Amino acid sequence: MTAPAPGSGTGPATGIPPAPGHVANKDRSTAPSGTEGGGEYRWPHKHLLSLEELSVQDIRFLLATARGFEDVSTRSVKKVPALRGKVVVNLFFEDSTRTRASFSLAASRLSADILDFAAAGSSISKGETLADTARNIEAMGVDAIVCRHHLSGAAHQLAGAVKCSIINAGDGQHEHPTQGLLDIYTICRRLGRDTYDLSGVTVAIVGDIAHSRVARSNMHGLLKLGAHVILVGPTTLLPASFADMGCELSNDFDKALPRADVINMLRIQFERIHSQAFPSVREYAHFFGLTAERMKLAKPGVTVMHPGPVNRGLEIESAVADGPNSAILAQVANGLAVRMAVLYLVTHAPSSNDTKA
Amino acid sequence: MPPMRLLADETKVASLIQDLAKAIAGDVGKAPPSEPWALVGIRSRGDIIASRLAKLLPTQAFDGRVGSLDITLYRDDLSEIGPQPVVRTTDIPFDIDGLNIVLVDDVLMSGRSVRAALQSLMDLGRPKRVWLSVLVDRGGRELPIAPEHVALDMSDQNLSRQELVEVRLMPADDRDALLIHKADEPEGGRQ
Repeated sequence: MTAPAPGSGTGPATGIPPAPGHVANKDRSTAPSGTEGGGEYRWPHKHLLSLEELSVQDIRFLLATARGFEDVSTRSVKKVPALRGKVVVNLFFEDSTRTRASFSLAASRLSADILDFAAAGSSISKGETLADTARNIEAMGVDAIVCRHHLSGAAHQLAGAVKCSIINAGDGQHEHPTQGLLDIYTICRRLGRDTYDLSGVTVAIVGDIAHSRVARSNMHGLLKLGAHVILVGPTTLLPASFADMGCELSNDFDKALPRADVINMLRIQFERIHSQAFPSVREYAHFFGLTAERMKLAKPGVTVMHPGPVNRGLEIESAVADGPNSAILAQVANGLAVRMAVLYLVTHAPSSNDTKA
Repeated sequence: MPPMRLLADETKVASLIQDLAKAIAGDVGKAPPSEPWALVGIRSRGDIIASRLAKLLPTQAFDGRVGSLDITLYRDDLSEIGPQPVVRTTDIPFDIDGLNIVLVDDVLMSGRSVRAALQSLMDLGRPKRVWLSVLVDRGGRELPIAPEHVALDMSDQNLSRQELVEVRLMPADDRDALLIHKADEPEGGRQ
């Protein structure tokens, strides 16, 4: 079995009661699939706003579901009818190419209809509020809104304003849950962690931690699955408060590197750095860039990840980004499976659920 | 839990699977010998039956072609309340174009699983012909679907919707057995 369910009892923290016997002549409508299935577990979240609010069980179930979606992309007909007749809207207030494309493709592989809502130059610039915009889109009869916004908390605010599902595709410096999930999924696949348990795995997240929503989503998810997280960066970009969450902080990449099983290199976000957080780009690259030379300090089988887009020669050298340890393109492919799983689960969640679950 | 009645024990289940293999082999024998065949089991009991059938069927026709199909994404009742079916991988490591596909399931009732499986198969390619083999037909069809091969036919017994026929197979379960019991209504869910 290549896709063990999170409820299989292998994870110590799942707490799922043992599944009752398989009842075949219900035609699987409620069949718990015997010992290997989801048991009584049911995905409870109508929205995906952050990894902070997901339980260990939620994360494992979602990743196991993504595993089931992975093979859809390899079929001759790359489509399944799971979301047929549903409408998914991309509502992006910030530039994005790959995340938007990934969500669009994920939705179309599930047979949903997709509406791309270009927020720039729309009624937003005419003074409409975020909630009004969302309610107007919802009035057209949509089932899910994928939202990216430059303000932290925008997705939470939307979730309180509309009845359809909200998927946070990045809100300010807060979270980017699907990126966090696809990073964790990639780690589990690379390391063969089929039960989605990361005990004993050390992950170094390197770069601009302070401004990174990717880092926040990653650390919430990784810590929940039992990984050890080292946050590496210059002090100016490394908030001390993350130590309270259980992360280790380090300013010395060369010391952290040999201990890491996974290195997640963050992008330097020039567009988010208004203050002078580091003296020069060259100095940053010298201390925190992942060069081929520095890679000699790492474990031989280390996995190198980057959420993209890559600033080649700055946070990561081309030889490393394109090298055998790189999982960067696998991340993109896995992102599709993870986003399909997210769209599938939130749109089939119990409708009575409110924004907090 | 309401009382269960054992319809077949381990030995009987094995002989039922042998009967099924015999019925399939009969149709394989009638087809031109050059035609390729494959077994595809519906998760999560049909795939186990398919892999056991594979050991009993002529190797020259099947040539190791055994696959499993996850139909969760093709179901027409996804929004029904109940424990969530886990989306699993569909694992068919061969091209199904032009094959005689023997679709295998444990219990046939409404026919909705088979409908979903057929749609899923068509998305994977164009089989020459699809045959349907089930261990038990317990009646209660809601769609015009008829099996070619049935090991245990209970379709004439007018079983009520509350009477559930359950197939247990190793390694998914702790033993092989065929059981019938009353559903613990009302939260037993839809049929």
